[in-house]
Amino acid sequence: MILDNLKIMYHQGKQFIPDVTTAQVPGIFRGRPLITVAKVDEMALQSVCPTNAIGVAPVSVDLGKCTFCGECAARFPEKISFTKDYKLATNERNRMIISENDNHPIELNYDIIRQEIRGIFGRSLKLRQISAGGDNSCEWELGAANNVQFDMSRFGIEFVASPRHADGIVITGPITKNMAAAIQLCYDATPDPKIIVLVGTDAISGGIFAGSSALDRSFLDRYPVDLYIPGNPAHPLDIINGLLDLTRRKKF
Amino acid sequence: MNYINIKNNQTIALSAIPESNYESFFDQNLDLMRGHTERHCVNYFGYKVGNNVKLICCIADDLTHEIFISTCLVNKAHSLESMSREMLCFEKFEREIHENFGIPYVDHPWLKPVRYPENRDDLSQTIENYPFYSIESEELHEVGVGPIHAGIIEPGHFRFICNGEQILHLEIQLGYQHRGIEQLFIDKKQLLQRATLAENIAGDTVVGHSTAFAQVWESLCHFEPTQAMQFSRTLALELERIAIHTGDLSAACTDVAYQLGSAVFGRLRTPIVNFMQEWGGNRLSKGLIRPGYSPFPFTPSLAKRLIEILDIFEPEFDEMANKTFSLSSVLSRFERTGVVSNTDALNIGTVGMAARMTNLNRDIRASHPTDYYLQLHHQPILKRHGDVYSRIQIRRLEVKQSIQYIRTLLAGMPNLDVQPKEFKIPQSNAFSISLVEGWRGEICHCAITDPTGDLLHYKIKDPSFHNWLALALSVRNNEISDFPICNKSFNLSYAGHDL
Repeated sequence: MILDNLKIMYHQGKQFIPDVTTAQVPGIFRGRPLITVAKVDEMALQSVCPTNAIGVAPVSVDLGKCTFCGECAARFPEKISFTKDYKLATNERNRMIISENDNHPIELNYDIIRQEIRGIFGRSLKLRQISAGGDNSCEWELGAANNVQFDMSRFGIEFVASPRHADGIVITGPITKNMAAAIQLCYDATPDPKIIVLVGTDAISGGIFAGSSALDRSFLDRYPVDLYIPGNPAHPLDIINGLLDLTRRKKF
Repeated sequence: MNYINIKNNQTIALSAIPESNYESFFDQNLDLMRGHTERHCVNYFGYKVGNNVKLICCIADDLTHEIFISTCLVNKAHSLESMSREMLCFEKFEREIHENFGIPYVDHPWLKPVRYPENRDDLSQTIENYPFYSIESEELHEVGVGPIHAGIIEPGHFRFICNGEQILHLEIQLGYQHRGIEQLFIDKKQLLQRATLAENIAGDTVVGHSTAFAQVWESLCHFEPTQAMQFSRTLALELERIAIHTGDLSAACTDVAYQLGSAVFGRLRTPIVNFMQEWGGNRLSKGLIRPGYSPFPFTPSLAKRLIEILDIFEPEFDEMANKTFSLSSVLSRFERTGVVSNTDALNIGTVGMAARMTNLNRDIRASHPTDYYLQLHHQPILKRHGDVYSRIQIRRLEVKQSIQYIRTLLAGMPNLDVQPKEFKIPQSNAFSISLVEGWRGEICHCAITDPTGDLLHYKIKDPSFHNWLALALSVRNNEISDFPICNKSFNLSYAGHDL
């Protein structure tokens, strides 16, 4: 019955988020951290972190290593707090390191974006996703970025079924030894020019798995990374804004 | 009687587990299982003791709520008879023991690698040269898929042997996701690191695995979780079930090209995961469950908010489900597709939804309940046909049941209590086991401590460990074009299997 379908569509209404660059996330999201200059026992603070993301003298948090568990903020609320700013993506590794009194949005370094990325991928970007030891949480959020609410495909950004159709690869997970060969094959099969995007803490630094002898992260030593999207997992809005900033928005 | 009976979440001294030689260990465990469909093997693993390997077998009785634990010491120089020869449900466990320690089984029917762990016994076996089964024939052809798949999912290799469009045989090769988690549990010494590992075992079952770890650890430390902590865990497990089942209904609609169902179920998942974020700051509940305390206590205002969300969610879910389940174009793809018989499901030891779809009553919430499940008196939802439709129907009904449970739980919400943070150290030379019914099925974590009370061995078993074989059996004689819907109707974990 067509009437049932119309009723469902009426009840569902408009679901999409009109502006993904300004949307607010509900609740107590743990996004970009703020670090005050308050004096705390820095050694104690550092030892709280399960993934050694906290540096000392002065205190800093490396979002490429952070699992966003929030334990540091819970134990040292006068020193660290997490804001609801979900825009964590950048193209320079050291821009993910947040230091004391640093309350600036995380941005890309537009000077180092390759010319062809904006020229060729500015209005259409097709990506191949590779999970290499990912726990299915970042994969899940990449899928959610394509649902009717976040609706990433409205920007021409889509995931494709073959590297031959792709403009780049998106890697999740800490990159296991058992996936090392497959990831290389997939990259080689993707036509030039191509980009590499790392999604999630596990992909960026290994996260809680860093140092495991079951990993082989040598792929990342061989090729430059075009975009890092931190998070555990990365929020869909984090993913979409990162990809948009890399490929199109004019901020020169 | 060379075994000890314990309950779920109980810790015992390692020396209290009766040890026998392999012959009587073999006979005894088979005898425990033979003719008892209410019993199943929840874990069977080994760990190194000097040059020998100590085997520990855990068989659960679903009626008496007991778990029978027995052990034996074997030397890898001596080959063993395999229990799989008698009962297939041991096959994966024995393959794992063989792969990890090189113990030769003389008569195992399918002694192939499980996941190529980096500390395996035979490093000359690599994931690139997996010994696939093949059939010499002019008529048959093989189809290889993966490890990287066509969508946004985890890696695994599927090798089909087909007769035209029809699948004769499917072999599933896993291990690509192996991150060495069990070894990391030993290497990482901080409790928070281990809790973080537990929630990263499978990112779609964060609550399930982190609850299992929390329970094992608290049991080892003889720590009684407070009412509020138990409440949070039960509630979070049911919310995780609703979120993932709803997402799976969306994916099933996608695979049969039903666009409206795909879009609506897909978006209905969002209010539930967004609620998890309102509660704990993470859409997938990472950071929510910790041993010894609740980082994010469940407050009355959250309860009010959750009821508001469910009041909107439920009629929309019902409306979409009623429509989906009345469409002949959808049902014709679900019904009689990907059938697993009750006998096969029992023989290979499937758990969770993959068992309940064939009328096999396996549900830890009913058989080995903990926390608030003790007072919910859970009645598992069973279906009889073992096809895609049964698996999809179970999801629909379990979503409804979980909503009901959450309403019941919220009506009897305990007061927030003072949180005890101080832990004793774990009991030394001890063994502990925890069973949790995640949305996929039974999760089992076992821990063994050394003389100082630190972890000596940690064993994780995700429900997918058993259920991958059920998927392989389900696609036989189906058209290869129905593989995606069969796969999605099981929705098994690669990361949880590969560890």
